[in-house]
Amino acid sequence: MRKLTKAVSVAAAVAMTATCFSTTAFADDTFKIGGIGPITGGAAVYGQAVMNASQMAADEINAAGGINGYQIEFNFQDDEHDAEKSVNAYNTLKDWGMQMLLGTVTSTPCTAVEGEAANDNMFLLTPSGSAVESISGDNAFRVCFSDPNQGTASAQYIGENGLAEKVAVIYNSSDVYSSGIYNTFATEAANQPFEIVSAEAFTEDSKTDFSVQLQKAKDAGADMVFLPIYYTEASLILTQAASMDYAPTFFGCDGLDGILAVEGFDTSLAEGVMLLTPFAADAKDEQTQAFVSSYKEKFGDTPIQFAADAYDGMYIIKAAAEKAGLTPDMDASAICDAMKTAMTEITYDGLTGSGMTWSADGEPDKAPKAVVIKDGAYTAQ
Amino acid sequence: MSFLNYLISGISLGSVYAIIALGYTMVYGIAKMLNFAHGDVIMVGAYVVFYSTAAGMPAIPAVLLSVVICTVLGMAIEAVAYRPLRSAASPLAVLITAIGVSYLLQNLALLFWSSNTKSFTSVVKIPALKVAGLNISGETIVTIAACILIVVGLTLFINKTKPGQAMLAVSEDKGAAQLMGINVNATIALTFAIGSGLAAIAGVLLCSAYPSLTPYTGSMPGIKAFVAAVFGGIGSIPGAMIGGILLGIIEIFGKAYISSQMADAIVFAVLIVVLLVKPTGLLGKQIQEKV
Repeated sequence: MRKLTKAVSVAAAVAMTATCFSTTAFADDTFKIGGIGPITGGAAVYGQAVMNASQMAADEINAAGGINGYQIEFNFQDDEHDAEKSVNAYNTLKDWGMQMLLGTVTSTPCTAVEGEAANDNMFLLTPSGSAVESISGDNAFRVCFSDPNQGTASAQYIGENGLAEKVAVIYNSSDVYSSGIYNTFATEAANQPFEIVSAEAFTEDSKTDFSVQLQKAKDAGADMVFLPIYYTEASLILTQAASMDYAPTFFGCDGLDGILAVEGFDTSLAEGVMLLTPFAADAKDEQTQAFVSSYKEKFGDTPIQFAADAYDGMYIIKAAAEKAGLTPDMDASAICDAMKTAMTEITYDGLTGSGMTWSADGEPDKAPKAVVIKDGAYTAQ
Repeated sequence: MSFLNYLISGISLGSVYAIIALGYTMVYGIAKMLNFAHGDVIMVGAYVVFYSTAAGMPAIPAVLLSVVICTVLGMAIEAVAYRPLRSAASPLAVLITAIGVSYLLQNLALLFWSSNTKSFTSVVKIPALKVAGLNISGETIVTIAACILIVVGLTLFINKTKPGQAMLAVSEDKGAAQLMGINVNATIALTFAIGSGLAAIAGVLLCSAYPSLTPYTGSMPGIKAFVAAVFGGIGSIPGAMIGGILLGIIEIFGKAYISSQMADAIVFAVLIVVLLVKPTGLLGKQIQEKV
């Protein structure tokens, strides 16, 4: 019996080695790009969008002649929005011969995978992992704004578009996301032509009554209230502001995305609310329209922000790889070294921003975009 | 001007605390136990109204349905989780069970209704009262009226009716009450029934005033209301109302005039000071233990 087991395992080992050889041999003429994200579970809608859009971008690039004349092979693995499964998926992709990673989709798994990828010196570009730690190593870059950078971007957007003169802020001081955005917003506001007239906090323990915060904003004459918070509290704030006849412009970040989906919420209260988001499917520019129509045709669905981030991500890899003059026979570490330099040299115009550039720490620099809620739908402006 | 506005905000927040605190103090005063699941019964009450009005039921029958369901739920919780432990050696056992029931209700709610926020449509159709730039919402008026009605009703019930007298007797001495022929278990079950019915009303008014409903909606207001009950003198029915309203006013004034970040620290600091000066709370009775 023991002998038989041994024979089987030897055979298996031989078979495995054979598979390894065959993949390595095959890898010489294509770029192997991996993707990781949740395509099942609670965050599946994000992963699905990223998988679809990256595959679509890869197919387009291949049809147009590939990167430096070499085709892309794209392999997407599910992580169910779980850090451990994400690292497993990363290892699976490494065994497959991955040379670059477009992922992962969600912040916490991305932070875990980045720990591994930084050790391996594997190039990582996350479309949508927005936590600061998600790109901690010098091998990692991202397409979206980081959480705190949304504060800076919001202040710039409000200032540059002259949306307000006096801004009040209501933020959650017991939440890292919210207070992080508030801090960077306040710092950047000093360079902008508007003034923060009141900044009032609330905490997880006192998030039902916002009358004081709103009253202070009103008394200070704020014509805009900045809400770097999640939509649950924002829906209460909108209701309470309406009951006290206070109608400033409300401006939020991606945490407000979802406010229209709150069951039973009177969407007319959200009329005119603006939020910072890099992508609106109904934007009129040619690039967005082409993307949206071919995405709809392929997947029968209107693409969300994550899809746009991922689509850009694939083209950003192409741009940087061409700049670096990559060839598929280079190993992952050599590719990563070349990409690190190339990423800081390229300028990319995409769906989620034009004139995007990157600093060596991996953060994108791009002009912020916002949408406004009109007739109960997000509308580009 | 803004002072008066803050005062009104404080009273509306406080009236919600008060109506929750009434349920707490009622159960504590009679059964001598802290029902930490009270806040979560409130949440269940609010969900019942949310779904029944969404299904097209008019507001008043929906509230009545919610009162019935919460009453049954409260009695069931008492019978299953608290009664068997009443004779346990340590009063801690039933306290811990109450915390357990609280988490059980929250997690069942997560399972049935998911964590997605629901926006509650107010059942109060009275328009806001606008006087000289001040704005008193219909919800506040109804909540305060409901508070006063409940305080008067409960006081009359306890002092003037037989079951009420039985409750008083049970609260003073369970053993002696039993010897006098009072059915202690039935009396305590009735207490829970009333307390949970009040929770349903509190839930509806809480969510009408602050229209966002999640499985955790009841937990923090529940704890604040417990503080209010202790503040006013736990066991005292008018004390719960006064404690609740004062707590709301202190919280709003703390936010408005000191710091919005420190509102909760201020509320609890005031509580500590009050308890240091008057350990039984504002209207609490000083009971001399005879040896």
